[in-house]
Amino acid sequence: MTFDQIMQVALSGLLMGLIYALVAAGLSLIFGLMDVVNFAHGELMMVAMYAAFTLWQVSGLDPMIMLPLVALLMFGIGMAVYRLLIARALAVRFNKGMVQIFVTFGLAIFIRGAAQMVFGGEFRAVTGTVLADRSWHLGGVFLPWPQLAAGVVCLLAFGGLYLVGRTEFGRALEATREDRDAVALIGIDRDRIFSLGWGLGAATLGVAGVMLAGFYYVSPNVGANFALIAYVTVALGGFGSLMGALVAGLLIGEVEAVTAQLLEPSLKQVGMFAIYLAVLMFRPRGLFGKI
Amino acid sequence: MQNAITLRRRRELITAAILLVLLIVLPLPFHDPYTRNLMILTLLYAALAQSWNILGGTCGQISLGHSLYFGVGAYVSTLLFVWHGVPPWLGMWAAALVAGLLALLVGWPCFRLSGHYYAIATVVVQEIAYLLFLNWDYIGGASGVYVPFHGQSWMNLQFRTAKLPYFYVMLGFFALTWIAAWLIEGSRWGFSWRAVKDDVIAARSLGVRVFPSKMAAAAISGGLTGIGGAIFAQFVGYIDPDSILSGPLSILIALPAVLGGVGTLWGPLLGAAVLIPLRELSSTFLGSSGSGVDLMLYGALIMVVALLRPQGLVSLFQRGGNGSTS
Repeated sequence: MTFDQIMQVALSGLLMGLIYALVAAGLSLIFGLMDVVNFAHGELMMVAMYAAFTLWQVSGLDPMIMLPLVALLMFGIGMAVYRLLIARALAVRFNKGMVQIFVTFGLAIFIRGAAQMVFGGEFRAVTGTVLADRSWHLGGVFLPWPQLAAGVVCLLAFGGLYLVGRTEFGRALEATREDRDAVALIGIDRDRIFSLGWGLGAATLGVAGVMLAGFYYVSPNVGANFALIAYVTVALGGFGSLMGALVAGLLIGEVEAVTAQLLEPSLKQVGMFAIYLAVLMFRPRGLFGKI
Repeated sequence: MQNAITLRRRRELITAAILLVLLIVLPLPFHDPYTRNLMILTLLYAALAQSWNILGGTCGQISLGHSLYFGVGAYVSTLLFVWHGVPPWLGMWAAALVAGLLALLVGWPCFRLSGHYYAIATVVVQEIAYLLFLNWDYIGGASGVYVPFHGQSWMNLQFRTAKLPYFYVMLGFFALTWIAAWLIEGSRWGFSWRAVKDDVIAARSLGVRVFPSKMAAAAISGGLTGIGGAIFAQFVGYIDPDSILSGPLSILIALPAVLGGVGTLWGPLLGAAVLIPLRELSSTFLGSSGSGVDLMLYGALIMVVALLRPQGLVSLFQRGGNGSTS
């Protein structure tokens, strides 16, 4: 294997890892805030991808220009999901954990069905954008522009999440996470923080979904695979940790790229799953997990 | 107090006996294969959910990867049958043994994880197995295994077109899982496992050995699920990783118990009796056009039942209704 090939694998893994990391960050944020694992996470990302696709089809404009719009839309959807379903799931008195799992799981199936109804089962793709089919040649390494742009935007989004964490709202998020009952005493509306948290989590998915739509086919089932990787990433990094999501996402991306190189491509996920199980043997709460 | 429990348990046994008689005559008036097929599937998922419930409901360890035991059980008995002519009646016990041992093997590392970490680990282990089976050409890989037809026989559990024998085999399987759950409920194990479910730390301080409890629950739950896989393989005559070792199947194994009532004796049957016909009918009448309406209905049902009846549909039948279901 030449140096160029090694660099190629490493950089491809890095770019994909950034997307995984951002998808996982949204999941981790919601979990850290209220102990709820969103099993419809992949399907919400699929909604963002279809939103990008539809806006592109209607307007002809590059999905990247639409990014703020899709993120805003997803913010609203996230808040609506919280208000309509999650708030109710948090209020039940029996089998709380089980209800949360299966309510979000039911939502996932519902969204998949709705996508099937509106868009049909075919694979769809955004084509003919400015970046499409171009790549950057760096020595012998070849990096497609859509993936590069996605990587950069994901990094920026991580920076954004970090900055949000330092605002007044971010501190309220952190306080609510620490003690969800005590915050009421200092005038923080827990319900409002939770719903904004869901909005923020879904908006990060909006960013990831739009960037992914630039080089990945959209179909009603596209979410399932990304969601599984997101759960693994979050558990590997530690639930609730932003840093954990970033590190674990990059690790998963690299391991996937290397496994695909060494084993058959159809086995490329075995490597990341094995690494995940191995790490959990030594750190049952993930690399950066506290809760 | 002890008396009240004995009385309740005896009443449950009598209810079960009456229900068994009703279920034996149930398929007789229905002659079309579609209806009988529906009944067979309902019993299958009721039995699988009953098996899942032993680990997920009684012991509180939410496994979202149970199709692993189902799939491995199906492969064990089918390959024994295809390669060595071992009759499925023996093969299903081999399946139970292998699936039970596998559950111990999976449990050994995974039971050190708690809550969501455990649930996600079970999904991952099952996905690894799925990918490996998909690429393992020696046992058929992605193209699966056909079960050759050796002529109509009870010995081989093969019947050309008749559905009724499979119905009774599934009924027997369901009865087996129910009896297992009933025995566990009244045994020392049942008390320990429920204690582990309710509060691990309190259970440990009362002298319950937490890790062995989880392992025992996993072995029994996995073993019973493996038997289901063995019977299912003879019923459909063809197995491949997508149909018997997949993520959606894992959820479908757990769902009837969750909707019917987690940790209850009758929840799995009730949940399956609602969920499976609805799922099958909606996919037959609404799903054929590929419109997705069937999925929307299925998803909505799960959300509504989980939110409105978090203690399960079985609570609708409980008088007094103090909510204690376990």
